[in-house]
Amino acid sequence: MRYSILSLARNALSGHAHWPRAWRDPPLQPAYDAVIVGAGGHGLATAYHLARDHGLSRIAVLDKGWLGGGNTARNTVTIRANYLREPSMRFYAAGIRLWEELSRTLNYNVMFSQRGQIDLIQTWAKLRDVKRRQAALRLIGVPFEILTPAQARERLPLLAPEAPVRLPVLAASWHPTAGVARHDAVAWGYARAADAMGVDIVQNCEVRSIRREGDRVIGVETARGFVATPRVAMCVSAHAGDLAATAGFRLPIETVPLQAFVSEPLKPMLDVIVNIPQFATYFSQSDKGELVIGGGADAYPSYAARGSFAVIEEAVAAMLSLFPALKRVRMLRQWAGSIDLCHDITPILSPAPVAGLSLSVGWGSGGFKAIPIGGVALAHLVATGAPHPLAEHLLLSRFAKGRPLFETAGASNRL
Amino acid sequence: MLVIACPFCGPRAENEFLCGGEPVRRPDAATGADGAALAELLYARDNVRGPQDEFWWHKHGCRAWFRIRRDTRDNRILP
Ligand SMILES: Cc1cc2nc3c(=O)[nH]c(=O)nc-3n(C[C@H](O)[C@H](O)[C@H](O)COP(=O)(O)OP(=O)(O)OC[C@H]3O[C@@H](n4cnc5c(N)ncnc54)[C@H](O)[C@@H]3O)c2cc1C
Ligand SMILES: [Zn+2]
Repeated sequence: MRYSILSLARNALSGHAHWPRAWRDPPLQPAYDAVIVGAGGHGLATAYHLARDHGLSRIAVLDKGWLGGGNTARNTVTIRANYLREPSMRFYAAGIRLWEELSRTLNYNVMFSQRGQIDLIQTWAKLRDVKRRQAALRLIGVPFEILTPAQARERLPLLAPEAPVRLPVLAASWHPTAGVARHDAVAWGYARAADAMGVDIVQNCEVRSIRREGDRVIGVETARGFVATPRVAMCVSAHAGDLAATAGFRLPIETVPLQAFVSEPLKPMLDVIVNIPQFATYFSQSDKGELVIGGGADAYPSYAARGSFAVIEEAVAAMLSLFPALKRVRMLRQWAGSIDLCHDITPILSPAPVAGLSLSVGWGSGGFKAIPIGGVALAHLVATGAPHPLAEHLLLSRFAKGRPLFETAGASNRL
Repeated sequence: MLVIACPFCGPRAENEFLCGGEPVRRPDAATGADGAALAELLYARDNVRGPQDEFWWHKHGCRAWFRIRRDTRDNRILP
């Protein structure tokens, strides 16, 4: 069924009691042309593009829990392209162009709100870095400006006037095409669109191991039995290490908690995303009025998705030093996800050391923005065996070549 | 906040320390210049789910390196 103003009106007349289910709950088949492990944003987007762009017909997406219930459900939804390295900039800039069309593409409102992002710059080193980024982004067509403190205050009335803080604001950067989207809607939109093309999304079906014969993948061992397939794609974020071990290899990834918290709902007061890079702290205001606040990743690996109090303290201190008006805002909820932090903070979208197995892991603190472009790139890799031209910098082989691609732009780098 | 026992300074708050991660096996001379083997040593991790040995550095204290054993499922520090 196509969602439209007509379908809305028709269903309103019948009291919204007859909307069809958005996706099926299909039984697991014994064999598929491709099996995607993990029904987060990346797994679902990959299934969608495999079916739509590459004509694969028997595709399954298996999840140990429910679809979109991993980090996709826990993230703070910042979408941007002002990364450190040029190939990263190109990749995420292409991603933003897909976001701009995504609601129409999927016939599902993902509530993409391109409200822009302001980074408050507090050190000369960071200012030099941002000026270099500005030049690099301009070369690939991403608008990015440097603002004076006065211009920043005009755009951000909440920002404290010139005050004797330890690190005053020296400048700001303005990234107008950055935005936010509704996290669940992204998973649901891709799930519905993939299901409509015949993709089987099977929930509550854990993949326990990857079965190989010699150097090739022949299928996966699941909680509901063996599934034969020549192509497996691993989109399991923080659980990548476990699954890789069953296929006999290790990854340059550590599992680390990353947390976020939200305030009580407030009147509209902030219409951009604010980032305070010096303290790995950022926030935006949701449509419900809550401030959605993110801090840095915890400083040690852990599977306990709780998050350290030290990180909350640091994030709140940074926020209040520049936005003292928020001093009396109360926090409502706090949570953490387990992120898959790659050694160089750049993700891995790559063939695995086992033929037939592809990886899309290591997205760390920044993979939500990459869901649309990551889906395109992984589907291309799974279907053709060759890396997508925009994703050649994401190959696992960069480590063996001694060429890791260090990114420092994420919330995850606090050394 | 974890309380970590530095063998020299006693129990201190986690943010005095830097986690050095799981012990990495040192390359032996035979590994030499083989990129794949070196990458395995330098970058690949067991990323253990459960009890693991790890290095910590008392960065804002005595600056000594030491080892502890911690369960990565619940962060409990084991004897
Ligand atoms: C607090 C927080 C804030 C964040 N903020 C941002 C942000 O502002 N912007 C941004 O771009 N990114 C952000 N991220 C990162 C982003 O959420 C992730 O990179 C992204 O959602 C990863 O998507 P995914 O599909 O790879 O993984 P997930 O959404 O985690 O999906 C993986 C799925 O795999 C399933 N699975 C795992 N193991 C198995 C198995 N053995 N068998 C079957 N299924 C399995 C899980 O159940 C899960 O559903 C944030 C993350 C967190 C935690
Ligand atoms: Zn000490």
